[in-house]
Amino acid sequence: MSLQLNWPDYLVERDENKCIQCEVCAKQCANEVHKLDPDTGKMVSDDMKCVDCHRCVTMCPTRALKIRVNDLEFKPNANWTSSAIKEIYKQAASGAVLQSGMGNPKPYPVYWDKMLINASQVTNPSIDPLREPMETSVFLGRKPAKLEFNPDGSLKTKMPPQIKLSVPIMFSAMSFGSISGNAHESLARAATKLGTLYNTGEGGLAQEFYKYGPNTVVQVASGRFGVHPGYLNAGAMIEIKIGQGAKPGFGGHLPGQKVDEAVSRARMIPVGSDALSPFPHHDIYSIEDLRQLIFSLKEATNYEKPVCVKIAAVHNAAAIASGIARAGADVIAIDGFRGGTGSAPTRTRDHVGIPIELALASIDQRLREESIRNEVSLVVAGSIRSSADVIKAIALGADAVYIASAALIALGCHMCQTCYTGKCNWGIATQREDLVKRLNPDVGAERLVNMITGWKHEIDEMLGGMGINAIESLRGNRLMLRGIGLNQKELDILGIMHAGE
Amino acid sequence: MKKVYANERWCLGCGLCKVYCRTAHSSTKDIIKAHKLESPRPVERLHIETGDKINFALQCRHCDDPKCVQSCITGAMQKDPETGLVFNETDRCVGCWTCVLVCPYGAIVRDEGKKKVAAKCDLCAQMGEPECVKHCPNNALVYEDRGEE
Amino acid sequence: MLKEGQVRIPSGCAISGILSRKGECFSGETIIKSIELMHDRSNGLGGGFAGYGIYPQYSELYALHIFYNDLTAKASAEDFINRHFDVENAGKIPTRRVKGIDDSPLIWRYFVSPRQFKLQESELDEKEYVARCVFRINGEIEGAYVFSSGKNMGAFKGVGYPEDIGRFYMLETYDAYLWTSHGRFPTNTPGWWGGAHPFTLLDWSIVHNGEISSYDANRRFVEMYGYKCTLMTDTEVITYLFDLLIRKHGMTLKEAVDVVVAPFWSEIELMDEKDKKRFDAIRAVYASALINGPFSIILGFSGGMMALNDRSKLRSLVAAEKGDNLYVASEEAAIRIVCPTPYSVWPPSGGEPVIGLVEGKK
Repeated sequence: MSLQLNWPDYLVERDENKCIQCEVCAKQCANEVHKLDPDTGKMVSDDMKCVDCHRCVTMCPTRALKIRVNDLEFKPNANWTSSAIKEIYKQAASGAVLQSGMGNPKPYPVYWDKMLINASQVTNPSIDPLREPMETSVFLGRKPAKLEFNPDGSLKTKMPPQIKLSVPIMFSAMSFGSISGNAHESLARAATKLGTLYNTGEGGLAQEFYKYGPNTVVQVASGRFGVHPGYLNAGAMIEIKIGQGAKPGFGGHLPGQKVDEAVSRARMIPVGSDALSPFPHHDIYSIEDLRQLIFSLKEATNYEKPVCVKIAAVHNAAAIASGIARAGADVIAIDGFRGGTGSAPTRTRDHVGIPIELALASIDQRLREESIRNEVSLVVAGSIRSSADVIKAIALGADAVYIASAALIALGCHMCQTCYTGKCNWGIATQREDLVKRLNPDVGAERLVNMITGWKHEIDEMLGGMGINAIESLRGNRLMLRGIGLNQKELDILGIMHAGE
Repeated sequence: MKKVYANERWCLGCGLCKVYCRTAHSSTKDIIKAHKLESPRPVERLHIETGDKINFALQCRHCDDPKCVQSCITGAMQKDPETGLVFNETDRCVGCWTCVLVCPYGAIVRDEGKKKVAAKCDLCAQMGEPECVKHCPNNALVYEDRGEE
Repeated sequence: MLKEGQVRIPSGCAISGILSRKGECFSGETIIKSIELMHDRSNGLGGGFAGYGIYPQYSELYALHIFYNDLTAKASAEDFINRHFDVENAGKIPTRRVKGIDDSPLIWRYFVSPRQFKLQESELDEKEYVARCVFRINGEIEGAYVFSSGKNMGAFKGVGYPEDIGRFYMLETYDAYLWTSHGRFPTNTPGWWGGAHPFTLLDWSIVHNGEISSYDANRRFVEMYGYKCTLMTDTEVITYLFDLLIRKHGMTLKEAVDVVVAPFWSEIELMDEKDKKRFDAIRAVYASALINGPFSIILGFSGGMMALNDRSKLRSLVAAEKGDNLYVASEEAAIRIVCPTPYSVWPPSGGEPVIGLVEGKK
C-alpha cells in the first residue's frame, strides 16, 4: 500500500481526571472514534475518524472531552492553504469529485453583517410590542392588480389562492432521504404549531405525513421523485425546484447508502440506488416550458394552490425572476450561495452562485421597475441565521424567508458538514435506525417552536423600535437599512445608503 | 403511584441513566468523585436491556404484590403502605440474596460494598425526582402515574 | 446641504382645515387666524395653505402655481407649458412684503387647459395628461417646480411661519369654501419653498402632521405605477397613494381609507365572514399601501375634505361642527379661535375618517 498523505482534521482531547470510563462516548459515536482499551482500562480515541460533530462532547456527563482543529501547520502560505493542499492529496488518491455537506463555508462577505437597522427617536415614536399590537402575518400568493368592491361592501374581485403565515419564516426544502423521518416529523409538527409551512424537498411525501398537508409545501424537482396527483393535492403550496443555492445548475444528490426502504417508497426508486436528479428539468428548456409546467400543476390541483418556483441566486437572477413572474408563478423563492445541502460537490458549493442579499435587492428592484412586484411574493433563503437577518431581508424586499440550516441547528446539528456519509450522530442527516432514534420529534418540534417563538419576539421588538406595527410596512422599506463598510457599488446594488447618511 | 416507565422507541442504550443512578446513590453525590474516588464504587440500580434495534432501561417496578417483600426472611424489604414504594431497610438486611433470585425483572442487585445488602431502585426518594429520568438525553424515561398501584 | 428630494427630512407640525358644506365661500383670514394660534407647533421653516373655490372665473381651467429659481427655469417651463397647454391667463401671484419671509423664488400662476391635439395624440384622459405634464416639469426642468395643479383651487406655501405666509400671499383677498393649512417644524433647514405643505396633485391637497415609518415601502409601491416621489416627503407619497387608489383603481374615499388604515388582525378576527374576506384581501393585496407610523392628515379635494389619524392615534386631531361648517385641527383651541361655540367637538378615533362633503359636488 502506498503512503497515505493524510492526517486528522481534528484532535480529541480527553481530560483523564474527569473521564469516568462510562463509555457513553464510544456508544454514541457512529464514526467509531472512541473505545475502551481493555488492557489499560482507559478510553482511547482514533482522531482520524473524528468529524467534529460534538456528539461525544455533549453527551459526556463530566465534560471531559474537547475537540480541537488540528493545527498541523504547513509553512505559512496565503495562496496554498492547508485545505487546498489536502484536497489535492484526496483527489490524487481517489480520482473522485470532492463532496461536502451544508453551506459554503468560505470567507466571502456576509452582507447581512454589513447592514444596520434603524430605530425611531423623537420625530416618530417607537412602539412597545408588549403594550401595542405588533403584526407579523404575511400572505404568500399572486395578488390581483387592484381590488373592486360591491355596493354592499363585500369583495367583488376573485382572490387567487393565498397562504397566510403567522410569521414570515418557513422551513425550507430538505428531502426525506437527506434528512431523517424524525427530522421531518419535527419540522411538520413545529410548522403546524407555529402556523407556517415546511417543505418536503425532492424526496416525495410518505403517507403518514399527509395529515400535516395544510402546513406542507410539496416540491416538484427535476427528478420528479414521488410526484403523483395525490402528492400534489396533499400540500398547501407546490414548489417547482429549478435550482438550489448550494449547487446552482445541479440536480439533487442522495448517495445510495442513504436510500433505505422508507426512502425508496417515498421516492419511488430502488433501495440503495444513488438518487441523482437531472441537472435541468427535462421538460423545461426555456421560459415558456416553465409556464407550461406551472399551469399543468395548477390544472392538476384545480387552481386551488399557489405555485412557487425556486431558483438559485445566479448572475442574471433579476431577469430570470422577472420571467418567472410573467410565466405565472405565484411565489418566487431564491436560494443564495450560502444555502445548505446534504451533499454537493465541494467546488460547486464553494464557487458557484451569488449572495442572497445582492440577488434579493436586485430582483426586488427589477420587479418594481417592471411594475410587477406587487403581483408575486418573494421568499429568500441561504442563509438566514437570526431574526436580524429576517428583518434585513424583509427591508430589502422579501415577503418571507425560508430557513433550513438554522432549523437543523435547532434540532442539534453541529455543522460538521459530513451529512453525505449518512452517519449523522444527531439523528438528522441519516437513515440508520439506531441514529435516527436520537432525534425525538417531541423534543425536536419543541426546540423548533422555541427558536421561532424567540425570533418572533425579537422581530416584534425590532419592528416596534422602528416605529412600525405591521410587518408589511417594512417590506422593501430600504430607508430602514444603512450599510457599513460597503463600497459604493455594493450600496447601489443593495439600494441603501451608508451609515451616517 | 408515580413510577419510572421506559419508552423503548427513544432509548439509545447510552448508559447515562446508570451513571446518574450511581451518583445519586453515592456518598459525595459528585459524579467524578462517585466514580473515581469512592471505594467501593456505588452500584447502579437499573440495567439496560439491549436487543436487535431496541434498548430500554429497566429498574424495580414497585410491584403491587412484590415477590421480594414476600420472600424477605428478615422483613427488611417492605412496601410503604402510603407511598407504595418498595424499599430495603438496610439495617435489617442480611444479604441472603433471596430477593435477587426471586425478582422476575432482575431488578435487585447485590451491593457488596461495606455491609452486604440488596440494592434496588428507590425512585431517588432523597433527591426529589428520579435522576435517571432527569438526565435521560432523549426523553426515553418518564416519571408518571399510570394508575397502577 | 441637501434639500428636499435629495434627502428625507422628518418634521413635526400643525394642521387645520375648515369646510363649508353648503359651498359658501369665506375669506382666507379665517384659516390664518386658526393656524396662527398654533404658532409654537412650527419653527418658521415652512407654512402653507390650500383653498378650494378661489378661482370662480376660471373654474374650468387648471390653475398651475409654479416656483422658479430664476428666469431661465421660467423660460424652459413656459416653453413646455405652451407646447402642451392653451394658456388663458398668466401672471405673478400677487404677494406683499412680510417680515420674516425672505428669499422667495419667482412665483407665477397659469390658467390652462390641455391642447386638444396633444391630448388626443397622447390617448390619455385629461387628468392623467395634466398629472404627467406636472411630473415632467418637476422632474426634468431644473429650477422649476409646479406646486399646485387643480381646477378652481390653489396651494400657497413657502418657508416661514404659516400666518406670515398667509399674509405674504394676501389670502384675505381670496374666498374659498374649503381652506386647509399647515405649519411646519422640520429637523433641518430646507431653505426650499417647494418642501412646505400642502402637497398637491390635480385637485388633491394633503397637509400632514407626523412621520410615517412605512415611507420607503409606500414609495417603492407607488413608483411602480408611474408616480415619481421627487420630494421624498411623507406628504407626497400619501397624496400619490390616494390618487392611485381613488383615481386609478376606482375606489371610493371610504374604500381607500380602509386600505391605508386597514384594521388590526385582532379586529378582523372578530368580523363577520363578508367583512373578514374583504379585509383579508385588502391587507394581502394592498399591504404596501398601509400607512404605518404617526400621522394626522387632511385630504382636500373639490368635493370636500377628509381628516384621518393613524390606527394607533399617535398624533392629535380634533373635529368640530357648527351648522354647515366642519372644522378639523391639531388642537381644539385652533378651532375655537375661529368658532367659539361649536355645536359639537370630538377627537376622532385612530383610523376613523372624518369626512365632510360639499352639497352638489362630486
